[in-house]
Amino acid sequence: MREISFAQALDEAVAEEMRRDDRVIMLGTDFTGDPLKEFGPARVRYTPISESVLTGMALGAGACGFRPIVNWRMVTFSFVAMDQIVNQASKIRYMFGGQADFPVTYRCTTGGGSGSAAQHSQSPYSMWMHLAGLKIILPATPADAKGLLKSAIRDNNPVVSFECSRLNAVVGAVPEGDHVVPLGVARVARAGTDVTVVGLAYYLQEALKTADEMARDGISVEVIDPRTLVPLDVETIRASVRKTGRLVVVDEAPPTCSAASEIAALIAEDAATFGALRAPIQRVCAVAVPVPYSPPLENAALPDRARIAAAIRRVLDAAPVPA
Amino acid sequence: MTPNRSELIEMLRKMILIREFDELAIRLRTEGKIYGAIHPYVGQEAIAVGVCAGLASADRITSTHRGHGHCIAKGADIRRMMAELFGRVDGYCRGKGGSMHIADFSVGMLGANGIVGAGLPIAAGAALALQLDGKSNVAVCFFGDGAVAEGEFHEALNISSLWTLPLVFVCENNQYGANNPVAAQHRVTDVVAHAGGYGMVGQSVDGNDVLAVHRVAREALDRARGGEGPSLVECKTYRWHFHAMRQTPPPETRPADEIAEWKRRDPIARLVSDLKARGLLSESDLERMHRQVQTDLREAVAFAEASPFPDPKDILADMFAA
Ligand SMILES: Cc1ncc(C[n+]2csc(CCOP(=O)(O)OP(=O)(O)O)c2C)c(N)n1
Ligand SMILES: [Mg+2]
Repeated sequence: MREISFAQALDEAVAEEMRRDDRVIMLGTDFTGDPLKEFGPARVRYTPISESVLTGMALGAGACGFRPIVNWRMVTFSFVAMDQIVNQASKIRYMFGGQADFPVTYRCTTGGGSGSAAQHSQSPYSMWMHLAGLKIILPATPADAKGLLKSAIRDNNPVVSFECSRLNAVVGAVPEGDHVVPLGVARVARAGTDVTVVGLAYYLQEALKTADEMARDGISVEVIDPRTLVPLDVETIRASVRKTGRLVVVDEAPPTCSAASEIAALIAEDAATFGALRAPIQRVCAVAVPVPYSPPLENAALPDRARIAAAIRRVLDAAPVPA
Repeated sequence: MTPNRSELIEMLRKMILIREFDELAIRLRTEGKIYGAIHPYVGQEAIAVGVCAGLASADRITSTHRGHGHCIAKGADIRRMMAELFGRVDGYCRGKGGSMHIADFSVGMLGANGIVGAGLPIAAGAALALQLDGKSNVAVCFFGDGAVAEGEFHEALNISSLWTLPLVFVCENNQYGANNPVAAQHRVTDVVAHAGGYGMVGQSVDGNDVLAVHRVAREALDRARGGEGPSLVECKTYRWHFHAMRQTPPPETRPADEIAEWKRRDPIARLVSDLKARGLLSESDLERMHRQVQTDLREAVAFAEASPFPDPKDILADMFAA
């Protein structure tokens, strides 16, 4: 299969959906590639720096028959549109009793690791998960970037696409043509028997590399990519934990009220899965600080393979695998 | 383009219906039959009615926390509105919205809104959709003087003007944002002055004169339909009651002489005397209209009371579209 980058996969998803459905329009201050050339200024809307109005306009246009894709660029800038996200987008369908659909995609980049410092290194997925009315995709591979974003654009609800900046250059196999990945289906990225590691976005890649390293020591790590946070395919994670009895969740958001906390709670709450747990659940997350600029500090703030490996060893030490 | 007799009579009927609907809502809230906060529109009826009389069903509007009047003016069914206030399944939002989230998408009423200023971006999006569809439909955004201090107002005016969207911004300047007079909130108290800064036509009008509102709105709507972009229409008006009530109406804080002066400019009395002077309305016509409004409202309450409360097992319904 041909290989393309995560960033190319995202561009391909948008272009294919723009071709497939002329009700798809895009709004943002800038776009990658040259979509204007193919799709023209009516559908490719270069906008002023007005995140609030863009976020709300997508709802109004969505209710009137279009499928807008709003590009906030960095998630950082979406905070300026907090009212439209929190009070409008996440609630508008339910509070109006399902009178209309709002098929809107909000795209943004996330994450640290690039020396961009506090404001431009954020991963606030759980803030959006908490709202209860937004779907959330979080691709970790080029193939999923394409397949999930296409599903997001076709979905009849507001969907937030969190696109981890550190994955942009990652290259991988991506099917040509209409490759669609359904929302709400996790993927077992690597099968194993001793410990389940759930890795989000960039940290899926890091978890897989850690698993390769630990395989040399005879440790069998199962790695799971949830792929979407809302809806969250908790059953795939629970089934894995019932098999391995051990869980490590890895993410670059700080741990407090995070996606990692939510996954830990969903595992601990389920009687059958709780009964199968043999060691305390471990979260490997960022230190709870605004991401610092200086490389030694930023490295200390974000998870890395050594911390993932240490967490895996902790759960194995707590409950050794019988020889 | 001046309204004919039957259109004028319909405007009057809607203004009376809006007033009586909200007077009734105040009583029902006081009796504890409806819940939450209500924001009566009494005194401002000429604006919703004057503007909406220029709209077709396929034209869209967004509204505010003070939204009952816009709903009625746009053609919503008062029985389903009342059922929504009662929190019943036959309400527009199946009891999930209440007074501040009332909407009827089937008549182009895209929602009241509990957030000051939040309707402007949504209306701009509706206008974008209408523009892309290439029909001559328009969007209208109603908002209060308070919203002018919000960022969303400025973002929406700028982008709508930049893109020549078919949109009319209707500011209902009722002199107060909650309990704060406009002069305590804005250096520039004539909202219409903002139009120039965004390169659009602005017009100020007596918001208690339904015919004047209608005339000015029509001009703005015609510009929007004709591809000339958005306009800002400022309607000077006054609310007769408190800003909001929950269990009981709060005490009045505004000057008594100010209230009395504005009540002398009652938009309904003004239309009534105008129609009578032109021989288009008799006292018995008016009495019949009042009786019909009361009958309709009694039916609306009966409809609401007969409608069941939502079943808690349906709490997750309407969360996500298929
Ligand atoms: C963003 C926001 N801030 C504060 C409030 C609380 N609030 C509700 S209505 C209101 C006053 C609004 O005044 P105005 O826009 O003039 O409308 P009016 O009530 O006069 O119709 C306020 C402050 C709110 N709903 N939304
Ligand atoms: Mg006001």
